[in-house]
Amino acid sequence: MYDIKALYEAESVAHATELLLAHPEAKVIAGGSDVLIQMREGRLAGATLVSIYGLDELRGVTMEADGTIRIGSLTSFSHITKSPIIEEHIRVLGEAVDMVGGPQIRNIGTIGGNTCNGVTSADSASTLVAYDAIVELTGAEGKRLVPIREFYIKAGKVDLRPGEIETAILIPRESYEGCKGHYIKYAMRNAMDIATCGCSANVKLSADKKTIERARLAYGVAGPVPMRAPSAEAAANGKPISAETVEAFAKAALDDVNPRTSWRATKEFRLHLVEELARRALSEAIRLSGGEL
Amino acid sequence: MSGTVGKSEKRVDAFDKVTGRARYTDDLCPKDALVAKVLHSTIANGVVKKIDTSAAEQIEGVVKIVTCFDVPQYKFPTAGHPWSTDPHHQDVADRLLLTSRVRFYGDDVAAVVAENEVAAAQALRAIRVEYEEYPFVLDAEKAMEPGAPQLHENYPNNILAHTSIVKGDYEAAIQEPGLIRVEGWYDTPTVQHCHIENHICFAEMEGGRIVITSSTQIPHIVRRIVGQALGIPWGNVRVIKPYIGGGFGNKQDALYEPLCAYLTTQVGGRRVKLDVSREETFVSNRVRHAIRTHIISYVRPDGTFAARKMECFSNQGAYASHGHGIAAKGMGAFPQLYPCDNVQCDAYTVFTNRPVAGAMRGYGIPQAMFAGESHIEDVARALNMDPLQFRRKNMMPVGYVDGFSKNENYFDSLNQCIEKGMEYLDYERKMAEYAKETGPVRHGVGMAIFWYNTAVWPISLESSSCRMVLNQDGSIQLQMGETEIGQGADTAFAQMAAETLGIPFRNVHVVSAQDTDITPFGLGAYASRQTYIGGFAIKQTALMMKERILKYAYELTRMAPFEMDIVEGNIIRKNDGRVLMSLGELATEALYSLSHSEHITAESTYQIKTNAYSFGCSFAEVEVDIPLCKVKLLNIVNVHDCGRLINPALAEAQVHGGMSMAIGYGLSEQLLFDEKTGKPLNNNLLDYKLSTMMDHPDIAARFVENYEPTSAYGTKALGEPPACPGAPAIRNAILNATGVAINCAPITPHVLFARFKEEGLL
Repeated sequence: MYDIKALYEAESVAHATELLLAHPEAKVIAGGSDVLIQMREGRLAGATLVSIYGLDELRGVTMEADGTIRIGSLTSFSHITKSPIIEEHIRVLGEAVDMVGGPQIRNIGTIGGNTCNGVTSADSASTLVAYDAIVELTGAEGKRLVPIREFYIKAGKVDLRPGEIETAILIPRESYEGCKGHYIKYAMRNAMDIATCGCSANVKLSADKKTIERARLAYGVAGPVPMRAPSAEAAANGKPISAETVEAFAKAALDDVNPRTSWRATKEFRLHLVEELARRALSEAIRLSGGEL
Repeated sequence: MSGTVGKSEKRVDAFDKVTGRARYTDDLCPKDALVAKVLHSTIANGVVKKIDTSAAEQIEGVVKIVTCFDVPQYKFPTAGHPWSTDPHHQDVADRLLLTSRVRFYGDDVAAVVAENEVAAAQALRAIRVEYEEYPFVLDAEKAMEPGAPQLHENYPNNILAHTSIVKGDYEAAIQEPGLIRVEGWYDTPTVQHCHIENHICFAEMEGGRIVITSSTQIPHIVRRIVGQALGIPWGNVRVIKPYIGGGFGNKQDALYEPLCAYLTTQVGGRRVKLDVSREETFVSNRVRHAIRTHIISYVRPDGTFAARKMECFSNQGAYASHGHGIAAKGMGAFPQLYPCDNVQCDAYTVFTNRPVAGAMRGYGIPQAMFAGESHIEDVARALNMDPLQFRRKNMMPVGYVDGFSKNENYFDSLNQCIEKGMEYLDYERKMAEYAKETGPVRHGVGMAIFWYNTAVWPISLESSSCRMVLNQDGSIQLQMGETEIGQGADTAFAQMAAETLGIPFRNVHVVSAQDTDITPFGLGAYASRQTYIGGFAIKQTALMMKERILKYAYELTRMAPFEMDIVEGNIIRKNDGRVLMSLGELATEALYSLSHSEHITAESTYQIKTNAYSFGCSFAEVEVDIPLCKVKLLNIVNVHDCGRLINPALAEAQVHGGMSMAIGYGLSEQLLFDEKTGKPLNNNLLDYKLSTMMDHPDIAARFVENYEPTSAYGTKALGEPPACPGAPAIRNAILNATGVAINCAPITPHVLFARFKEEGLL
């Protein structure tokens, strides 16, 4: 039994906006795998909810004419993993969201919820950040596109304006084309866990597979929000594929992150992971791209 | 003989459970029951000065609020032990239904009864409590220091109990020249049982009495404790125990039954349901004692012990519950598993401001084996001896008799179990092969043996009662005070009854639920006692029943009772095997006979004054990724000698479950507390790292079957033993893989990171 003050079901995106503007205190609920937990814990007890779960137009993965991959915000983790478009072009994202919770959560949880929660440990986040994803927001004034790096403001806070909902995640063609990535979720157990550190790396290699043309690296739980590691990327961009490059990349990542000590892990241990996971994620991304170390 | 004992019969409750038909406490509670919720303290130590319930009382749907200032002041014990009529052996009575003297973060200070869950939860949030806070202490050794916060009167330095075992002369023995000294401190964590069904109960009044339906392992004991807590005659309490979703010892305590019983009396006897959340289960039920153990061994270069010393500090938490029994049992294993002429042991059980520790699968032995078997491995290393050979040289020999319990090591069980474990894991080959590894990812094998015994005699009463009732068709109802808690007891009981009575297994209908108004008295499920203890009452009662049947058969067949038998549900003549009549024909005639009508039943109590050792071992194989600070468990096998297997499939399942608990104990599970406030940090199933299927390799169970000579059916303890040796086997495998000895469980990546740094591996 949940302590819900009122539940409004949106019939369209525009209706959702209307409802949210009419009930500014309301919380958006999609799959409910986070909201209902917070209600049960009392943090959101007595809340007013606007449900967007019925908006099927926000479900599914499609490719737009210009090659942009469009992931509807209500697409469940399991549907993302099984999407042929994701499998072909950005498999790492499918693998990353396949590490969320357990099968039931992956069937109900949505990528929109995962990003709008603004938590640094979200399994989709580091890969989306590493791929320069764009968040599509729809509100009273129409659509707004925000690079995901700017979408995250601080822990638990994202750039959502009153009346807005996230309607899609977009991944531009130049971001995924010729690019392979690898995500490592480091957690205390192999299922039903949140990441102690999440690390997503991807590379685009030169035609001869000898040089890293572009490396991108992002972390979850290495700071208050998911973050890119520009120093690490700079240490690898344009460099030959070699153990030295990987080492420089991993070491440089330490300059980009800012993890903290909590009862879940010490800062020292998290920094150790930041470096070690960068090493492993990059090596694997190179291997997947046909490079040899 | 029907030959059902020893067969993997299907569980008597299998179909009901897998189809969802089996009814548990919540299924049985009518939906119009009032809902009770408990308000828990938000300080770790102190007193409640004032409770303001005025706002909460205004909430629609709130029926009644009671606070610590309203409840009766009868102090009661909660441990699920048999009552002792000797006051010196009674459990410590230190609980009240609600308390104004708060002793841990999560203590019970008030309760709300409301028409529904939402109103009850809203009321809890609206109650204002004013506390006076005292300093608190979470660590057992710190709690013993002078000046530490005192939790209870009459327990100076917070020591609930201190007992010793002394054998020979330790101080003199360590003077022997040429001895090698090995010392270690070993820590085990506070963990929780995490049974799938949280504790739940509902209470109502009927005819001036209180009827409680509860998810408990110990209905008859709960009846007594509710009587004590409310200050009412025990016969005015009726406890019903339906199917339960596990207990593992947590439900071997009176949990919220006394409070729930009291609450129904405060709302005119209306039905009140108290359904405990998972978060509360972690904190406000029971946990396993965290024990710190200090061991010093003096060994001769030839690998024999000269003297051994052990002291342990058991963290009791805020109330006595099962108290010193846990540390004492662990200490008792120490001089028995590796006998030595000069031994000094001290066990302390110490109150702290942590959640209350009670019984949990293994009752002190998982802690003692983690310490003891880690230490044995360390000693073998110090001597540069093969750890297996070192154990075999020193472990309990065949013929060993314990003076207190009179337990005898009849068979070479330990060696036989070790042989099977070695063979399963290919231990020796892997040990040699893995020793050559030097890279960042290394492998290792390790093992541990364990000591266990069966049931609680001679420390406490052991008795069991059984009732059998014959139906017209020759089937029987079987009732036991011992309880089905998921382990398969009902099925084992049915097999034993069928075997002795000579009827088919399917003709035994087990009345699974206990109802203290109608079920024969029994103590419940704990101490791995069910099959061993229940077996005596079943055999005795079945033999009585058989005698009555054959006596009646004499009237119908004119054959001498001693020349007849019951086989496969038929009365037969022994001399020629002729079937004289079916048991159904006899039973129908007996009930409806116009000349001699008799309802054939039997009921008896058997008091057990024996105990039995139950031994075995665990072998584990790990892969350690040093830079990642991660252990992958590749393989694990337990081998047990629990005597004759009543039902091999159920025995195997029992072992699998215990091994899973041992894996979590060794690698991931631990309840954490905020040092600044005493608040539990991870009392939920996300942050408390119960191991999952994805963390388990295929787990294997193997058995050695030496028929236990003291037992009615040749069987002995298997409920708890599987949880005992896994964690130290994993610890030793990590040691053999990396050379790094980790002396605390769980061996998490955090611990590995710190230790690998210390040892220069990172």
